[in-house]
Amino acid sequence: MSRNFNVVQAIDKWAVFFYIVLVVFGWINIYGASVSEDQTSIFDMHYRSGMQFMWMGLSFGMALVILFTDSRLITAVPYLLYGLIVLLLIVTVFVAKDIKGSRSWLALGPFSIQPAEFSKFITALALAKLMSHPQFRLKSIQSYAIVCSMILLPMVIIVAQSETGSALVFLSFVFMLYREGLPGLIPALGFCAVVLFVVVIRFGGVALLGFEGSSTGLFIGLLISYIIALVFLRVYQSDRKHLMVLSVVPIGVFAVLLPLYKWVVRFNLVYVMMALCGGAIIYLLVLAFLKWRRTYLFIGLFLLGGFVYCFSAGYIFNSVLQPHQQKRIYVLLGMADDPTGIGYNTAQARIAIGSGGFWGKGFLQGTQTKLKYVPEQDTDFIFCTIGEEWGFVGSAMVLLVYLFFLYRLLFIAERQDNRLARIYGYCVVGIFAFHLFINVGMVIGLVPVIGIPLPFFSYGGSSFLSFTILLFLFLKLDTMRIERVRN
Amino acid sequence: MLDDKYKDRSLVIHIVLAVIIILFIGRLAQLQLYEDYTGIAEDNAFYRKPIYAPRGLIYDRNGKLLVYNQPTYDLMVTMKELRDLSKAGTPIDTLELCGLLGMTYQQFCDRMAYIKDRRKNYGYSQLTPQRFMTQLSPEDYAMLQEHLRKFPGFTIQNRTLRNYNYPCGAHVLGSIGEVSKRQIERDSYYRLGDYAGSDGLELTYEKELRGENGEEILLRDSRGRIQGRYKDGEQDRMPIAGMDITTTLDVDLQMIAEELLQGKIGSIVAIEPATGEILAMASNPTWNPSLLVGRLRSEYYPILQNDSTKPFLNRATGGLYSPGSTFKTLQALVCLEQGGITPSTKFSCSGPNTKPIKCTHHHGSPVSLEEAIQESCNPFFWLTYKTTLERDGYGEGNEKFKANYRRWREDILSFGLGFKWTDSDVFGLKDGAIYRAETYDKIYGKRGWKSLTIRSNSIGQGEVLVTPIQLANAAAVIANNGYYVTPHLNKSDSLLDNRHEANVSRKHYDVVQEGMWRVCEYGTARHYKLPNLAVCGKTGTTDNSHGKPHSIFFGYAPRENPKIAIAVVIENAGFGSQFACPIAMLCIEQYLYREITQEALFNRMKNLVLNSAVKTY
Repeated sequence: MSRNFNVVQAIDKWAVFFYIVLVVFGWINIYGASVSEDQTSIFDMHYRSGMQFMWMGLSFGMALVILFTDSRLITAVPYLLYGLIVLLLIVTVFVAKDIKGSRSWLALGPFSIQPAEFSKFITALALAKLMSHPQFRLKSIQSYAIVCSMILLPMVIIVAQSETGSALVFLSFVFMLYREGLPGLIPALGFCAVVLFVVVIRFGGVALLGFEGSSTGLFIGLLISYIIALVFLRVYQSDRKHLMVLSVVPIGVFAVLLPLYKWVVRFNLVYVMMALCGGAIIYLLVLAFLKWRRTYLFIGLFLLGGFVYCFSAGYIFNSVLQPHQQKRIYVLLGMADDPTGIGYNTAQARIAIGSGGFWGKGFLQGTQTKLKYVPEQDTDFIFCTIGEEWGFVGSAMVLLVYLFFLYRLLFIAERQDNRLARIYGYCVVGIFAFHLFINVGMVIGLVPVIGIPLPFFSYGGSSFLSFTILLFLFLKLDTMRIERVRN
Repeated sequence: MLDDKYKDRSLVIHIVLAVIIILFIGRLAQLQLYEDYTGIAEDNAFYRKPIYAPRGLIYDRNGKLLVYNQPTYDLMVTMKELRDLSKAGTPIDTLELCGLLGMTYQQFCDRMAYIKDRRKNYGYSQLTPQRFMTQLSPEDYAMLQEHLRKFPGFTIQNRTLRNYNYPCGAHVLGSIGEVSKRQIERDSYYRLGDYAGSDGLELTYEKELRGENGEEILLRDSRGRIQGRYKDGEQDRMPIAGMDITTTLDVDLQMIAEELLQGKIGSIVAIEPATGEILAMASNPTWNPSLLVGRLRSEYYPILQNDSTKPFLNRATGGLYSPGSTFKTLQALVCLEQGGITPSTKFSCSGPNTKPIKCTHHHGSPVSLEEAIQESCNPFFWLTYKTTLERDGYGEGNEKFKANYRRWREDILSFGLGFKWTDSDVFGLKDGAIYRAETYDKIYGKRGWKSLTIRSNSIGQGEVLVTPIQLANAAAVIANNGYYVTPHLNKSDSLLDNRHEANVSRKHYDVVQEGMWRVCEYGTARHYKLPNLAVCGKTGTTDNSHGKPHSIFFGYAPRENPKIAIAVVIENAGFGSQFACPIAMLCIEQYLYREITQEALFNRMKNLVLNSAVKTY
């Protein structure tokens, strides 16, 4: 190992540039969102912008420490760190004080830290270490089991801390798993499940074609499942005959029944759709048995799963989700009016952003955020300040800079010659992207309210420090590639 | 080298990221470019605090200030702040506040409940200051000011109220009151809690007097607390003061007129004939206008409302009376014009035995027109009326008679009677009545009525009804030899264009004027003759169902180049010559000479109580 290797020269300049742009703009907006009349300057340590400046300094220091750490250490310690953080998470559940219903904050002298924030990059590092093992293949049930438990373990503990938002971030590892060979079917099915869920809940109470007691949501849900099944049949099976049968029969049935429904007698069309799905399931299962083909079995089972899922979505919604989570979804779907509770926050967020217009009201000129109409405006809802003061131009720019930043990280990940760095890189992209999408999506009313920070923008020491570590560990791993080339 | 079986998947991830970012930017475009949240945001954050424009002042024709403004203070409350304080465990000391305001705890709670009740207080918002107590005096304000910092959520709003230099003119000047919900809906200028004219000049000239309220844009936070001015007041609007109004009133005459009416029910209207300017318009019972201002208003309003003598009725504009004998002058003019009589026509009169209308005076017979006016001879005017209407006979279906009746009616209307003037700025005018032929058809049947049926009209009784202001205006027509300018109160030149010609030619006035002069010189009004002044007038004594006859006088002075036309009506007083006439003469003297020499007469008339139910407010 040569000692004359210069890490500063080797580090990826573009990634650092985007990082600094985001951090500085974020800091300015924390000042904008939290400024008060007696505040002397952006550096005033009694206020949040000053505190954030301190955290920025601390994080830059941490970044430098990472960059100058012996690279072998980084690849050696992940399992140890993973073990420690899991322990710390468990301890936190019991030790932490209850702050607004969440038990996730550990008091360390004058500061409070959130171990959950640090568990993200540690889990990513441990996963990278595990999956980069030369013998590791993401193929067998065992390999999936190990990976899943590694992800689920901290996730479950964080749920126990009542930090559902942070726990959901672990879902972002799907990005990395997909890149490493997870069948595309699985995220696709996950996506389908979300769509079906939303459809069934949203239109569950709407009577189909005005027929009392029928559920439009159920009908559409079954129809979507049926169509997806047909698509699978088209993609995975070359025999077109059964596809023909399964498409022509429902079309024929509806061609006969719809005029009947309209002019002769009214009946519950949901039952028709159920009958069609049931028929198709039996048809497919019989085919699977006769032809001894797994595809038919799987498609049949998929349809059966969809069938059951559509019926149980309402149940899942009511029994699995907490009332406040149900409310958030209702508000998001526009099904509940809640102008003083959760709906107030999202409505005020929309008003703040919407009133920004094209150019925005100007730095420190935002009335909605200055006057505290938007809740959590310097943490989870910081994007409102951007939207109000910098307008469409500013907020769209932030999103684009983020996109370039993520693209740059993907580019770096792809140029790696060892799997550990690439896997870790995809985890980093996944974590940043998940935070970005959930946070901004929540603020602009496209995603239910889930309290997770916007990286580099939301005020908060733990998250800022952990995001910096997350990023610079990756950039350090990247420099190791050059280090190796040099050697 | 790494196995890169899944390298293509990097592309999929790139696309997914890009799609989501584009979706977000699309949503931002929808929120920030397509939908308009500016108004909602401003409603949130801006408290548009009104800066009330000073209302225009009102002067009399000689530049004497009648109505001006005095400062007052409203105590406002912001509910959200109170609620937040209670939630934080530091509620204000309600009992101490009650003590300062001189109210009981129960009253405090009732007021709070009223403010929060959207059905009563329809503009309620917990973020906007609401009126808790209105019209505090400067003394109360000074006392409260010291303690106000102990009661966050309570603020003071400056207002102005009307004040009056003279205790007169309540009906003419009118008053201001809080705008109603309907007014707000009709005119978007008004905000809840604004004051606007509710009657009289204050209502007629509301748009001119009110000016334009300004506003101060204050920033309020989500808890309703004021956090400063928006852009340092860059977008604030300064109020524009209301226009001052100079009225045509002569306040000295107005004062004398109101004094003379004390203890009586009645009214006096004086007009400058050439211009139609109303010099005085008094109606009794009345009240000191200062009593309906500020906190006294709520005390006196119900009292006045429930007074059986109906002080709120402006009898000068809205009291309907038979003009009685005063109408004979108009009758004479119209019948001369239509050729029913000539200046040399004489009719015989048999005194009290005359049929169908008896004469109430003693004079020779036959009588000429001048003598008839001077002596107020009923039979003369009955015959005049009959001759005029029947001069073409009755004709087929009485149509010829009806045609003449219609012509007679048109000519009477041309003196400004029968309908309220649409080009006047006087509030509360009433129509009066001169019946249509069709109305008589309905009452008596198409052929059921003749001149005999409507004979009372000939002497100004029966169906003829006028208001005192119409009567004064009719006097002005005679004074002007055949025209009037619609009576008005604003001394602005544009109103002088509202000139109306009466349908009686110039040449017919001399004889009637001569008759009216004789009334004051030798006739019924001779007792109160003013030295060296030629007054033309006519008394009237009109029977009515409420007791003694109404005492009426109308006329003008001086005979040459008239300066004042006047009508006086004293309800249930007795003879016109005994009450209305001296009062009119005193007013004429006051206006023409600016002093009253007949002090004994003045005091006697002033202290004369004809109706003991009339109170002085």
